Amino acid sequence: MTTPLVEVRDLAKTFDVSAPWLNRVVERKPRQFVHAVDGVSFTIERGKTLALVGESGCGKSTVARLLVGLYAPTRGDVRFDGQATDAARQAGELRTLRRRMQMIFQDPYASLNPRWKVLDIIGEPLREHGLVPGPEALRARVGELLLQVGLATADCDKFPHQFSGGQRQRISIARALATQPEFLVCDEPTSALDVSVQAQVLNIMKDLQRERGLTYLFISHNLAVVRHVADQVGVMYLGRLVEVAAKALLFSQPQHPYTRMLLDAIPDIHMSGRSRTPVQGEVPNPLNPPTGCAFHPRCPQANARCAAERPALLSFRGVQVACHAVQEERI
Amino acid sequence: MNERKPLLEVRHLRVEFPTRRGTLLALDDINLDIAPGEILGVVGESGAGKSLTGAAIIGLLEPPGRIASGEIRLDGLRIDNLPYEAMRKIRGRQIGAIFQDPLTSLNPLYTIGQQLTETILTHLPVSAAEARQRAIELLQETGIPAAEQRIDQYPHQFSGGMRQRVVIALALAAEPKLIVADEPTTALDVSIQAQIISLLKRLCKDHGAAVMLVTHDMGVIAETCDRVAVLYAGRVVEIGPVADVIHRPSHPYTAGLMGSIPAMDDSRERLLQIDGAMPRLNAIPQGCAFNPRCPQLMDRCRQDRPELRDAGATQAACWLVAETKGAA
Repeated sequence: MTTPLVEVRDLAKTFDVSAPWLNRVVERKPRQFVHAVDGVSFTIERGKTLALVGESGCGKSTVARLLVGLYAPTRGDVRFDGQATDAARQAGELRTLRRRMQMIFQDPYASLNPRWKVLDIIGEPLREHGLVPGPEALRARVGELLLQVGLATADCDKFPHQFSGGQRQRISIARALATQPEFLVCDEPTSALDVSVQAQVLNIMKDLQRERGLTYLFISHNLAVVRHVADQVGVMYLGRLVEVAAKALLFSQPQHPYTRMLLDAIPDIHMSGRSRTPVQGEVPNPLNPPTGCAFHPRCPQANARCAAERPALLSFRGVQVACHAVQEERI
Repeated sequence: MNERKPLLEVRHLRVEFPTRRGTLLALDDINLDIAPGEILGVVGESGAGKSLTGAAIIGLLEPPGRIASGEIRLDGLRIDNLPYEAMRKIRGRQIGAIFQDPLTSLNPLYTIGQQLTETILTHLPVSAAEARQRAIELLQETGIPAAEQRIDQYPHQFSGGMRQRVVIALALAAEPKLIVADEPTTALDVSIQAQIISLLKRLCKDHGAAVMLVTHDMGVIAETCDRVAVLYAGRVVEIGPVADVIHRPSHPYTAGLMGSIPAMDDSRERLLQIDGAMPRLNAIPQGCAFNPRCPQLMDRCRQDRPELRDAGATQAACWLVAETKGAA
């Protein structure tokens, strides 16, 4: 068996959201921390797609940023192709690793510099990593990249505002592909787009994966999109993974009550008129998460153990799931 | 539809934005009916004009946007040309509105109770104490726990889903006959979205209010609406009962829109894609506005603009429909 391309172990990130020092002293406020990501472990095989789903504030974007090194983890480590990124950072080799992993952001309006031409935007990683010998080669390479994502070579000299949302997201993809990475982290790449344009972008991403054997971490809150692109799916709730399963299993036999609830909440366009039972309650404040299993206040299966003891992510029925009720075979 | 008089009639509605570079036509010849108690969905992609249609009906078009021609009738009464004060009385009393972002549609400086009682007192002949009682009942109806206490809290003390419940209570406060809901669940997470949609559906049924539900989410439409209108570049391209539009679309745009949505029960490797994007208002193509993106383009589509005509159970604005009709 080959080693997985990405291996994440017990990854955690804590943000300090305390009031300023003077306020803490005068108003006797305590220090406050948000555990945005709290002990997340997963692996991604080469050429596969792992999707992370969850509602706002569950920490999925933080995981993406930790993976590409935009945040330094509070705890845990990320291994890329067998190499620990932390060790690489200390050895000053992070640059070579960075060339091999790139990121696509959610908002194509905010992630492209409005004062730069497309040539500069897509050319930046090429120049930065010294991958092209001169200006002509740069222009040729950028043109090539534009063609790959379905734009024209002549678009080189345009500014981002001259493109529609879907076209801008293609520019983001071209930029991410410039350094010929093996691993792409896509943080809600289609959430800001209309459905017809979303279909265009998802199709391009799948084609590129097939042609180049790319590995994706795909972050989304839309389960239907996830079902379309993913091989493995991880469901996150308040900073922790509650279920990790192969796509087919997760959608046919969801185990964790939260996963079941999410699946039940999707409006289904083909079963017009079907009624569904919305689950009560809302995501708790991450500043003050519930004890035990974070989902227990909303969970129909919760008992005293769920309120007291935090379930670990264990392999069960062919999937990994963190739930007492499932492990005790109550559901 | 013919036996019952429609509650809302929109006829040949045309909305323009005069600009220095010429007049932009944002809505062009929109015709809609909503029967009492009916839920009509309005879908389309960004820029199709769905929110503008809602804004025109509640009389809240942002200047320089204006209704250039056409008429809007509520219960037979023409409301598109009413003076500001008269329209203000209708808004809230007869037409309630729910907007996308519940944080911006509530005033952060007033408590929930003050905002609810203000609306009730403005429109209904009740005393202040009765208004407060009614406000508490409305909050309870929308599923807000401990309504007696929470009525004196400010909007920032509510979560997103709870705020949207308050906005729904506000829209229903004066028992309007019609509610215009503009993307009421777009800013919410999926689990909350399901709660709000079922709440909206239940309350409107209980109160007998008709709803115009504007959204880009076909799933929400499928679950909620009786009929649906599909908008493209400021025109209705297809309108009909929701099941027919979703399962047997007549217009190629509706078909493309449905095919581009990844569904939970399909195993397609690729999604159907509609190439290109919605045209800008200053560059709407001649003939059928969809023609540059249409997979079934004919010569005629480039010159003549199709009007809505009967296509089975729905009505579609497409020459394909006319062709098959003519041949039959």
